[in-house]
This record gives sequence, structure tokens and C-alpha cells, in this order.
Amino acid sequence: MTTKERKGLTRRALLARSVAAGTLAVIGAGFIAAPNGAWALEVSVISEHEMATLLQMARDIYPHDRIADQYYAVAVKGYDAEDRKAMVAEGVAALDAAAQAAGHADYVSVGWEEDRVKLLQAMEDTPFFQTVRGGLVTGLYNQKEVWPIFGYEGESFSKGGYIDRGFDDINWL
Amino acid sequence: MTAPFDLNDDSVVVVIGTGAGGGVVANELAQKGVSVVALEAGGRYLPEDYINDEWESFGQLAWVDPRTTSGDWRVAKDFSGLPAWIVKAVGGTTTHWAGASIRFQDHEWKALTTYGAVEGASLLDWPIDAAEMAPWYDKAEAKLGVTRTGDRAGLPGNNNFKVFEKGAKALGYKEVHTGRMAINSADYDGRMACQQTGFCFQGCKWGAKWSAAYTDIPRGEATGNLEVRERAHVARILHDDAGKVTGVEYFDKDGNLQMQKARIVCVAGNSFESPRLLLNSASSMFPNGLANSSDQVGRNYMRHTTGSVYAVFEKPVRMWRGTTMAGIVQDEARHDPSRGFVGGYELETLALGIPFMAAFLNPGGWGRSFTTALDAYENMAGMWIVGEDMPQATNRVTLSETKDQWGLPVANVNFSDHPNDIAMRNHAYGRGEAIYRAVGATRTFPTPPYPSTHNLGTNRMSEKPEDGVCNKWGQSHDIANLFISDGSQFTTGAAENPTLTIVALAIRQADHIASEMAAGNL
Ligand SMILES: Cc1cc2nc3c(=O)[nH]c(=O)nc-3n(C[C@H](O)[C@H](O)[C@H](O)COP(=O)(O)OP(=O)(O)OC[C@H]3O[C@@H](n4cnc5c(N)ncnc54)[C@H](O)[C@@H]3O)c2cc1C
Ligand code: SF4
Repeated sequence: MTTKERKGLTRRALLARSVAAGTLAVIGAGFIAAPNGAWALEVSVISEHEMATLLQMARDIYPHDRIADQYYAVAVKGYDAEDRKAMVAEGVAALDAAAQAAGHADYVSVGWEEDRVKLLQAMEDTPFFQTVRGGLVTGLYNQKEVWPIFGYEGESFSKGGYIDRGFDDINWL
Repeated sequence: MTAPFDLNDDSVVVVIGTGAGGGVVANELAQKGVSVVALEAGGRYLPEDYINDEWESFGQLAWVDPRTTSGDWRVAKDFSGLPAWIVKAVGGTTTHWAGASIRFQDHEWKALTTYGAVEGASLLDWPIDAAEMAPWYDKAEAKLGVTRTGDRAGLPGNNNFKVFEKGAKALGYKEVHTGRMAINSADYDGRMACQQTGFCFQGCKWGAKWSAAYTDIPRGEATGNLEVRERAHVARILHDDAGKVTGVEYFDKDGNLQMQKARIVCVAGNSFESPRLLLNSASSMFPNGLANSSDQVGRNYMRHTTGSVYAVFEKPVRMWRGTTMAGIVQDEARHDPSRGFVGGYELETLALGIPFMAAFLNPGGWGRSFTTALDAYENMAGMWIVGEDMPQATNRVTLSETKDQWGLPVANVNFSDHPNDIAMRNHAYGRGEAIYRAVGATRTFPTPPYPSTHNLGTNRMSEKPEDGVCNKWGQSHDIANLFISDGSQFTTGAAENPTLTIVALAIRQADHIASEMAAGNL
């Protein structure tokens, strides 16, 4: 779970201990958190680096500039689990190795999205990539909280449908 | 009111499946005083149970028992375990359906004669024609309350329709309107008018859309002649030494195997489960499965030539508001081989919510090309292509190595497009994109077919027993008291959404069965 409450408690400590992790998140002991402290994600099974990589990967697979990291974090938090540990370790290692071969420190420190995307394209057919991508389809887009960002209004029965709420209100045709 | 019939009562008609075909045939027989036991694999859900949420509703209603796929259709790659998006519930897929209810065009009953032989296709004429079907269509339209038939008005057009209509008219299309829909435009038959909630695919919470779940089924039950057993999965149809069917074995809601005797059996499990059941009922007398002396059971699977076109505009459309299928262009439904293919297609508006759009816009797609499309969701309009596809003997349902929770071999669905299907789809993509460009689309998406919603042809009707599985009444050629009552009896698919025709055939079949029973012939 993303834990908003923890930010006051951990932010300073986190920032103090942080290491560079691209533009995305700050890595601390057992946490990754937004640089602005708006949310933090606790990891217990996989490493902070692995979670930060998954988060960056999620953003690169389905980049929506108007969707905050916290929703991507929700979508990948399930990988912090014993039965995913080996797959994540192997997948992240492969991604980092590919980044290193291209002259970077690791995947998350590749500066440009298009360069990261090239690394992802090269591993597109692997079960790791396909698992992460497939999981995001529901993990990201089925979060009710992101729907308004797309303008989607969701459930409408309780509001009486759209018969009096603009089903035919188009005015630019 | 239910009418509990005894398992040993061999005077009952057993109907397997309670969707468009089974639900209607069961009620129509019950109305005529015939005793019916309907066995339905799914549970019972009513408008108060339906959920305005795409994935949650899918979890509630969809058939998710295993199936396998093969062939070169993209569904086999992207959704290998989900060849069809259909329902497992009392009322069958009439809970999910959008309600588009259009008659076949006259010539479509005679596809082989009209189109001529098409290489690689197993085209055939139906053993019935438009004149014979006309009165049954009248009855079906009245039952479903189809708009723009009888004295029923059309539905009002929503935003998605208005964009579509303006583009279509700009291209010179003439037959453009809000469709003939089994959705009430005014109170009808005890059901209220459409409230434009926009979750038609998730079950209509207002009951404005016709579904067997809350019309035919309870009405049949009210006669005292129909008993619906839900969560009853039929495993096998049984027969005697004379080759007549005698009953069915099914797993009841507690997983116990039961045997229900029967005078007549009507199979209506949709076009994967119906042939699967006949094949799984093989015996020493019928080693290739029941009603399969022709080797046609499971063959000629049709799913309509489909695809979607979505488009993005500069300003908002909000296509999800209002009826999911809100209008139609019929001009391309004609048979006009000058377009490079036989048969025709309809264009119908369609809207998906964000969760399904993410799954179906370009399955497997990722990166900015994909996400910028979704970013423009609010400004998107959408339409669906439904055209006649060619029956092919090798497009077929067979028994898979995989077994289901009952230990029964599941259906494998093998499908590959015919060149005619591909030519038609490409033509339709072009026309769909042109419609939207005519109203200023800035980007268009020719979207691949979804898992099948229209499943047809796997127990087809034929004049000659060697060409198909059943005769013009849906009665199997091989076994007189075994009937096919669902979309699997379609000889060819025509360009139209199939359910009105399934319902018309079911009403007609019930009339035939009842009179043959009364005459002592069955
Ligand atoms: C999203 C969607 C939209 C659609 N929109 C339209 C539309 O606008 N217009 C149109 O004409 N059509 C539409 N359709 C198609 C329409 O729903 C089907 O054509 C129609 O419901 C098929 O009727 P059927 O009787 O063949 O099968 P179904 O209605 O699917 O009923 C089959 C029933 O049999 C049950 N069953 C299967 N096997 C067994 C077994 N072994 N034992 C017991 N029960 C069993 C199933 O659980 C199911 O309830 C749509 C379908 C979908 C999915
Ligand atoms: S749009 Fe109309 S038909 Fe569709 S679910 Fe809503 S009320 Fe029912």
C-alpha cells in the first residue's frame, strides 16, 4: 500500500539516505518514496532498487504525464512478494545489464525515456516484460482514481444515467 | 413459481442453456403447456445485481471456464484462453448484449446462390427463406420491443452517434439512424425506457434492454410449466439402443452428477459449448459424437468479420455516455462484389470505458503511441464493424486436451480469416476512418477484433443431411428428438447482429415442437 501517513516520519531520514534513482523516486531503507514526499512505498521482499526499477519500467511502458507515480506504485506493489521475487530479480538484473552494455550505470539512471524504451523493446518478448506489461493493463487502468484523469466518469446508475446529464450535449459539430 | 419436475419424468423437454435461443424456446414451449426443464451452467443475476464496472461485471457474468485456441486469428495470441466474450448466467449472453436487432436481408438466406461458390469457403443456402421467416421476425420484434419496428420510436442519439451520423452523411451515406434496438425508447411490455446510463454490456440495471433473464425466463416459470435449474452444467446427452435421446447427465450446484430423463432435448449452449457437448456425448453407437454422421459438428465456425474504428477529435465527445451501440450505417450491408469481396457489413457505434479500452484498443500495445491515444479518451468516438464472414470447414470447434473443473475436455476453437474476410475488414476500416475524418478526426485507430461476441454455425442447418447437422427446424438430421436451438444452427452469418434471428428461429422451433408433440410425431 502507498502510505501517506509515513511521510512525516520518514521523509527526512529517507532524503538523507537517498541514492540517485533517475527522476523518479528516492530510495531509502525499505522504502521508495516520491522526491516530494507525497507518498512512499514499503518493500519487504524485493529490494528498493528492484521496486524503483519496476516503477520506472511501468512509467515507460504506459507513460501518462498527467498520472502521478503513486498510481504506478499501486500497480506494481504486488511484485513485492515471495512468489515474484525470483522473476523480479532476474528481470531487473537483465534490464540493468542491458543498460550497462549501453554505457549507463543501470536502467533507472538512463536519462531519456526513448533510450529506456529501446532497452525495453529488446526484451519485449520475455515473460518478465510481458508479465509486467499485462499486469499493468488492469493494475493501472482499473484504478477508479485514475479514471477522472482520462475524463471517464465511471458508474452512472446511481446518478440516474445520462439522460438528464449530457448524453447528447456535444456542441462543436 | 417453479415447477419441480422429477429426474425420472421422461415427458419433459430438456433445454440446455437459457440465453437467446434456450431462454426463448423454453418460455415459448411453457406458454404452450409443454413441460420444460431448463439446465443452466451459470447462476441467476437480475438488474439489481448488475454492476456498472467493466471488469467487476466481467467477473460476475462472463464464461471463464477454460477454452483453448488455435489458428492465425489475433485473438489466439492476445487472448489465448478467452476466444469468446460471452456469459454464463441465467439469460445467457442476452445480459451482455448491446441490443442491435436487425433482420437478415432477403438474399442473405441464399448465400451460395447469391454469391456463387467462393474458393476455400463452405457456403450453403439456408433451407429457409425470407418469406418464411417474415412472420417469425414480426413476433421476435414484438417480443424484444425493437425500436423502429411496429409503432415503436427510435432511440435518441447520443454524442457518439452524432459524430458518426455527421461523418456518415458527409460521405453520402443514406441509411444512417439510431438503429433497431431491443432497448425501450418508451415504456414497453412492463419495462421502462432507456436512461442512457451507458453500461449496456454490463447488464441493464433499468431493465430497458431486453434480456431473457428478466422477461422470458420468469414468464415461463410463472406458467408452472418451466423449471430452471441454475448452476447445472450438462456433461453428456444420453441415448437408447434405438438411437433416440433419453436424457442428460449434469453436474448440479453441489458438484453431484445427476441424470434428468427427457422426451426431447434442445441444445442451446452457444456455438462453442453446443458442439462440445455433442462431441463429448460420443458413444459406441455414435463414436464421432451425437448428430455427427455428417462430420459437420463443430465445423464452419463463424464469428462475423469484425473490428473497430476509434478516432480522436480536437474537442470532447464523451462517447461512453448513453447507449453503448447507439446507431448504424447500413449502406455497406449490400452485396456488391465490385468492392472486392462478397457479402456486406454494417457499421455500428460502440463505446468502451477506460478499463476495457486499455485492454482492447491494441492488445499487447504499449509506449507513447498507445498511451497518447488513451490520453485523448474524452475526445474519442468509436464504431464497430460487423460483416458476413465466410464459413470454412477448418474453422472449427474440437475437443481439446485441456479439461475443465468437471474433468471434461474443453472446446478448442480454431479460426483463421478467409481472404474475403480480410478484404471486407480492410474496406470497412477505410470507410470508418473516412467517416471520422469527414468530421475532423485528428487520429484514427483501426482496432483488431475483440474476443468473439457473435458465435455461429458450428451445428449448421442444411437441406441435405450430409452438408450439416440439423434441418430447417433445427432438428438434428440423425436423431429426431434432438434439436439445436441457438446460434450454432446458422447456415451462414449474414451481415447482421444475430440475436433477433436466433430469437425468431427459437419461437418458430417451439411452435414446431409443440405441434409435432401434439400430433404424436415426437
Ligand atoms: C458484449 C456483447 C454484445 C453483443 N451485442 C449484440 C447485439 O447488439 N446484437 C446482437 O444481435 N447480438 C449481440 N451479441 C450476441 C448475442 O449476445 C448472442 O448472439 C446471443 O446471446 C447468443 O445466443 P445463444 O442462445 O446462442 O447463446 P447464449 O445467449 O450465450 O446462451 C448460452 C447459455 O448456455 C449456457 N451453457 C453453455 N453450456 C452449457 C452446459 N453444458 N450446460 C448448461 N448450460 C450451458 C451458458 O452458460 C449460457 O447461459 C452481443 C454479445 C456480447 C458478448
Ligand atoms: S444505456 Fe439504456 S439500455 Fe443501456 S444499460 Fe443504460 S438504460 Fe440500459
